[in-house]
Amino acid sequence: MRKRVRLSKMLAGSGSLFRTVMIVGIGFVILYPLLVQISSAFMAPGDLNDPTVHWIPKNTTLDNFNKAIEAMRYGRAFRNTLLLSLTVSIVQLVSCTFIGYGFARFNFPGKRILLALVILTLIVPPQMIMVPLFLNFRFFNPLGLLGKGINLLGSFWPYLMMGITGTGVKNALFIYITRQYFAGMSDSLEEAAYIDGAGSIRTFFQVMVPNAGPVLVVVFLFSFVWIWNDMFYAQMFLTGTDNLALAIADLPILTRYLYGDHERNTLIHNAATLLYIAPMLVMYSFLQRFFIESIEKTGLVG
Amino acid sequence: MKRKRSVLTMKRRKYLTGLMFVSPFVVGFISFFLYPFIQSIVFSFNQLELTPSGYILHYVGFTNYHDLLFVHPNFRIAYTETLVQTLSRVPAVLIFSFFAANMLNQRFKGRTVARVVFFLPVIMGAQAVLALQSQDYMQKAMSYSKIGAELGMFSGSELRNYLMQLQLPEGFLKYVFNAADSVPQIINNSGIPILIMLAALQSIPSSIYEAASIEGATKWECFWKITFPMILPMIMASVIYTIVESFTSPYNKLVNLIKSTAWQGQGFGVSAAMSWFYFITIAIVLAVVMGIMSRSSSSRP
Repeated sequence: MRKRVRLSKMLAGSGSLFRTVMIVGIGFVILYPLLVQISSAFMAPGDLNDPTVHWIPKNTTLDNFNKAIEAMRYGRAFRNTLLLSLTVSIVQLVSCTFIGYGFARFNFPGKRILLALVILTLIVPPQMIMVPLFLNFRFFNPLGLLGKGINLLGSFWPYLMMGITGTGVKNALFIYITRQYFAGMSDSLEEAAYIDGAGSIRTFFQVMVPNAGPVLVVVFLFSFVWIWNDMFYAQMFLTGTDNLALAIADLPILTRYLYGDHERNTLIHNAATLLYIAPMLVMYSFLQRFFIESIEKTGLVG
Repeated sequence: MKRKRSVLTMKRRKYLTGLMFVSPFVVGFISFFLYPFIQSIVFSFNQLELTPSGYILHYVGFTNYHDLLFVHPNFRIAYTETLVQTLSRVPAVLIFSFFAANMLNQRFKGRTVARVVFFLPVIMGAQAVLALQSQDYMQKAMSYSKIGAELGMFSGSELRNYLMQLQLPEGFLKYVFNAADSVPQIINNSGIPILIMLAALQSIPSSIYEAASIEGATKWECFWKITFPMILPMIMASVIYTIVESFTSPYNKLVNLIKSTAWQGQGFGVSAAMSWFYFITIAIVLAVVMGIMSRSSSSRP
């Protein structure tokens, strides 16, 4: 009997050792590139080839950051990208919750087909409708009402229009998540609101939305992050404007033009990458607790 | 009589309210999805000529498709490569996420930190950054810094030699090596599947486990008889998500080819034809996977 207890203790001990090794290892794989980037972004070009330099640069310099800021036109690009991500993610948050609520709480003919169509927009690669979408926004002309059509590229309008109608970046996923969440809520709240004489829209905004906190956080964070990180739609709709993703994409050509084929460019690129992802990291470090808790609470796809 | 009518109108009112809530999507689906979708079919049979005030179509029949399959130098290579990569990577991603989700679901010290780190790739998965790194700048930086080489990371040549000497089947070894090489990629792709499965694991009420352990079930039995069947639907959701994600990810070769063909290469028509050919493949793969999954889940007692 005692032997058995000892054996099971040993098993549990080796299990937790295994787990620790795995988690530390995987964490290392995830963090390693980031750490290399951080350490090398502060290096002077000489440190890169110096075999005695490990992690901590000998000649710490902010030169890489200054060069990256200049090349990316960071100030303006940052402001534009922030404004874009904020407005579009708020719009998407409102519209996707609205649509998701409709799917969760009402029965109407064709609902199943419509829901299948929501999933379809997720499955079809966006590259497929890229060209027509680009042309339609380049010569925007709904039902031929605007004569020659107007050019909406370079503005936020394509993003906003797609956001309002729940067809923007991964919006189908948000519709699906909110639908699952609302479908899991009990009827009593809604019924109470109806009995008190509230209409369906008022019920939605004043009763259902305040009770959907966790799912709202998840949707907002995801849509913010995905728009901030997106390059595909930015290349399609915002070419020629100052945008962080586009600035990063153009960086190799620009630095080669400015400084030649120098290994210092690698350092500048690392600094630029850090400048690009830093706002996300800061936001995540503040919201991570809330974020992970909400994922648990939403059950995401229960 | 009157009563019946009022019930009907109530029901109809619910219909209308529901439709009102989903109407934005209907509008968006038609104008920003269905219409471009149909346009892309039309484009794939035409040659596009841009003019200052719009575009003109020249009908060319199946030429675009023919060119792509028999003339285009890269399409077939990119196509098979993408397909093979997706089919080989998806199982790895799923197994890893299942494993990681189970690990993160256990109670241990530093669990919060581990979760924060594991979801980091979801936050940092910027396409632009990946594009920048893929130009080998990152690789260079790693070899410059000597840290990578020192730890033998991403190489593991000794282990590789050892495995080669074991005379295992070559196909198996190739798969293992490929998987080992793409470990960072697999981990980066696993963020959302881990999230989905972790959420599913959390939704299993602990009372079931308590009841099972009172009845004398071991942890192993609990895992296969409670945990696994309970999260099976969410595993299937992650299967679909991972496949779609892999097919549409911006660093897959074919997707990039479709993009570059449209803006720089032979033009919009060929690109549209490519994307249609690709989409039909995706649809077939998804249909097969869904068919297998629904059959295996219905055969379960």
